[in-house]
This record gives sequence, structure tokens and C-alpha cells, in this order.
Amino acid sequence: MTLRVARDGAGAGAAPASAGAGEPEYVALAGVTKTYRRDGRETHALDAIDLSIRAGEFLAIVGPSGCGKSTLLRIVAGLHLGTSGETRVAGRIVDRPQTDLGIVFQSPVLLAWRTAIDNVLVQVELRGHDPRAYRDRAQKLLEQVGLGDFADRFPHELSGGMRQRVAIARALIHDAPLLLMDEPFGALDALTREQMRLDLEALWLATRKTVLFITHSIDEAVLLADRVVVMSPRPGRVERVFTPGLPRPRGLEARRAREFVDTTEAITDIFLARGVLHGAGRAGGAT
Amino acid sequence: MTHASRAAAILAWLRRRGGALAIFALLIVVWEVGVRATGIKEYLLPPPSTVWTEFWKRHEIVAGGAWVTTQEILAGYALAIVVSIPLALAIAYSRFMEQAVYPVIVFLQIVPKIAIAPLFIIWFGFGFTPKLLLVFLLSFFPIVVSSIAGFKSADRDVMDFARTTGAGALKLFLKIRLPQALPQIFTGLKVGAALAATAAVVAEFVASDKGLGYLLLQYNGQLDTPMVFATIVILSLIGVMVYYAVEIVERIAIPWHVSQHESAQDATM
Ligand SMILES: Nc1ncnc2c1ncn2[C@@H]1O[C@H](COP(=O)(O)OP(=O)(O)OP(=O)(O)O)[C@@H](O)[C@H]1O
Ligand SMILES: [Mg+2]
Repeated sequence: MTLRVARDGAGAGAAPASAGAGEPEYVALAGVTKTYRRDGRETHALDAIDLSIRAGEFLAIVGPSGCGKSTLLRIVAGLHLGTSGETRVAGRIVDRPQTDLGIVFQSPVLLAWRTAIDNVLVQVELRGHDPRAYRDRAQKLLEQVGLGDFADRFPHELSGGMRQRVAIARALIHDAPLLLMDEPFGALDALTREQMRLDLEALWLATRKTVLFITHSIDEAVLLADRVVVMSPRPGRVERVFTPGLPRPRGLEARRAREFVDTTEAITDIFLARGVLHGAGRAGGAT
Repeated sequence: MTHASRAAAILAWLRRRGGALAIFALLIVVWEVGVRATGIKEYLLPPPSTVWTEFWKRHEIVAGGAWVTTQEILAGYALAIVVSIPLALAIAYSRFMEQAVYPVIVFLQIVPKIAIAPLFIIWFGFGFTPKLLLVFLLSFFPIVVSSIAGFKSADRDVMDFARTTGAGALKLFLKIRLPQALPQIFTGLKVGAALAATAAVVAEFVASDKGLGYLLLQYNGQLDTPMVFATIVILSLIGVMVYYAVEIVERIAIPWHVSQHESAQDATM
């Protein structure tokens, strides 16, 4: 299990990117690389990723834009195959699209011809279940994401943030053990985002799904995750892993906790050092 | 859709089209008044009132011709739909068909199809067949080309989501690819419908002894300009009716797309 950068210190504990021995690894990537080839041009997106997620763990990935986060998520879902290395989910090698999961993409990806509730139900329909049996559950999920009154609206009648919340409900309806979320709150306003963050944690505490959560937001990662994986700029590598040991549930007050402040600062420092952030106040960089 | 919202939709439709109808009416009034005021000769530009009275005198002949032409349009257009949509499917889903057939279609599309009309007379004589084929030929290309585009337009993320559900090819087609393709298919159907009337008349021009195109040439030869106008109006009405029939089917088949379109229009007004 390689750990690229082993600089220690920073208030929060640095931890290996792979789960400790003995604990069941639900998702395991070993030496996964990805190079896109298109029109003779190569893009080296991921470089030797070693990473594992324990069953029931909430793992967040933060990293600069274009560092391969979405690529990583697609590899776990089996939507892309790594160029080399091995990916396993629930012990089985991933060599085709995985179905025992719920996925939320960076954009809502709704079907324009279906209402919000039918967009949630398409998940079970495509899986060959009778959508009528899931209607109540779909309605309840929409209520949970604050869209109880919008169940019969079409996507074009919803705001960007509302659409993304429909997509989140769609990823939850079939109650899969693995949840892959690619910047699910990216399109939300700050208030809704905070609320969704709290709701997601509550949901996770109640269900203990295994979650891979990708975000641009350092705060969000630290507030939600058991472990935060910090990725380097492209080609993406695991730069550092943090284990914010904040007590759960992490309500609004968690932002004031020392652990939170220290961890977010430590992550910010990494981005400053890697030139991803240019801060005037810190590290004396240019604007 | 509830009754109330359906009624509201019809009202909104009327409101949108109302302006166009008003301008039409205005145009006719200006035409009538203008012709009378300037004293232009009737065989050059008859006033609408004369067009109407002349038409009414011979409306049975025109109706007969209209029926013939309508049959040609409907048969050719139906044939175009029946052939082009399955063909588009095959091209969209078979690599071989895409590589072998699609380039041929793109090439043939460029050929001025109307130029082929005289050939059809040589091959198929003066009857119904050459008319049907020309209508087919003209409306075929827009339908097939936009249907191919529609079937191939599947959004990558949507398909990726669908793949994580493990759904089979048929289910994916029925629940995702087909509905996603329908807006573009209907665009092609509407363009095809607009071309169908043109094709029928051109085919009748080339050689026939009935139909509106035939009547049009007869009246033209006799300098019976009011009847020329009357025939053109009837011909346009047939075209408009076919077009709106397709639009009504579109409203029923993909109301989500139509209302999306309309709310976008409302937003820009
Ligand atoms: N299908 C593809 N074909 C070619 N290159 C791709 C493809 N998908 C992604 N890439 C490239 O791989 C790199 C990583 O992309 P990826 O989408 O994984 O980044 P990301 O970390 O999710 O970025 P962001 O935070 O902006 O979403 C980028 O340089 C991108 O251009
Ligand atoms: Mg991304």
C-alpha cells in the first residue's frame, strides 16, 4: 500500500489511503491508472491510485479540477476501465458496469420526458421492478430532499439545484449498499447545500451505506467524511489522506471545532503548496 | 394533463397564432382594396373576392383535384415514414449500415430530387405511382436524416446512468433512446410534411390528367388567374393541414418537449 506523500504533522491525523488490515474493504483500487486516448492525443488522468473504502465508510475525495476525480468514480462504477491496475467492489473485479450502486453525476442527468417522481422511479423501472410498488418511497425521498410539492414537475420546470436533488433521490430509491456521488451539491446554493450536507449525513448514519463522495469543497469533505482523500493535480494521485475524527452527527457547530479548522487548513496548505491555490495571505503566493 | 391545463394550452396556442391570423386578414384586405384602387387587370392580379366567387362556381372540380392530390401526398408521406424510421434505426444501431448506407443517403440527399420527376414518368407512366414516389423521395430524406441524429443523440451521462441499472438493450431503447429521439424525429416529420405537397404538385406538373397541379397548369394556360390563385390556396391549405396533423400528433406524443419549447419561447418574449 503506497502512500505518496508522507509529510506528517498538521493537527488532523494523516492515514493510509487503504483501509486497515482485518476490516472488510468494500471498494479497493490497486495501482489503478487511466490514460485517455483520443485522436492520437493522450491524457494521463490517473496515476497509480491505491485506495480502498471499508464497508459502511464515508470517503470523500477533494482535488483540483481536472485531476481525475470523475474518472476515478467512473472506474469504481465500471463505466470506464482503468488502463492498468485492479479495481474490486465487494470482492469482485470490476470489469463491467456495476449495478449494485446508486450514482449521482456532476450534472443531474434527468430524463426530460419524465416528471420528477418518474425520474426517481426510472431507477427501479430499468431494474425490472414495478414502479407502483415504489411510488410512496419515491414521494418520501422527494420530500426528504425538499421537493415534496414538485413530484409532478418536469425537469425544465425545476431549477438546477432542484434537478440535482431529484438525481440524488433517484440514487437512493433502490437502497443500494454503495453510493457514488460526483460533486452532487455543486449546483446548489450555499444554504441548500448545507442542508443537503446535514441530510446526507443523517441518511448515512441511518443506513451506513458505503459512500464515495467527490467534492470541490474542502469544508464539505471534512464535515462529511470518515476519511478525506486529497488528490494532486493531473495526473491524479493520492496526495494525502486525513481522518477528521469529529463526533457525529456533525451539525452546524462542527465548523467551529478545532479538528475541523485544523484539517481544512492542512488541506488548504497542500493546495497552496501544489500551486492549485494562490493565496495572498498564506504561503506568500501571487494573487 | 388536466382538463383545465389542456384548455389553457389551447387558449395559449390561439393567442400565439392569433397575431398571424390577424396579419393574414389584414393582407387580404390590403390586397382587395389595393387591386380595386389601382385598377390592375384581373388576369394579372384578381382581388380576393373574385378569387372566391370564381372558386365557388367551380369548387367541385377543384375539390376533385384536391382529393387526388391529397391521396398522393398521404400515400407518399406514409410510405416515407414507414421506410425511413426503421432505416434510421438500422443505421443508428448497426455499424455496417452506418458505414455502408449512411454515406449513400448523404450523397443522394444532395441530388435535386425534383429533377428525377421526368424519369419517373418514363419508368412508371402517368398514373398514381410516379406521384407517390416523388412525394416519398422528397419527404424521405429529412425524416431519415433527423431520425438518425435523434437515435444517436443519447446523452453520455444518461446512458452511463442507465448502464448502472443493468437494463437490457430493448428496455434501454424503449425507455431512453426512443423518447430521447422523438423530438428530432418530429422535426424531420414536419419538414417532410412541408415538402410532400410540393412534391405532389411537381409530379403532376410533369405529367398528369388530374390533381391540383394539373388544374393549375390548365387554368394558367387559359389565363384564368382567379382560379390559379384559388388552386394555390387550396394546395396550401392541404399542406398546412398535413403539417398541423403532424404537430398535433407531436403534442400528444411528446407534450414534455412541446411545453419545454413553449416555456423557452415565453421566456424570450
Ligand atoms: N472521456 C474522456 N476522453 C478524454 N479525456 C477525458 C475524458 N474524460 C476526462 N478526460 C480528461 O481526464 C482528465 C480528468 O478528468 P475528470 O473529469 O476525471 O476530472 P475531475 O477531477 O472530475 O474534474 P472536475 O473537478 O472539473 O470535474 C481531464 O484532463 C479530462 O480532460
Ligand atoms: Mg468531475
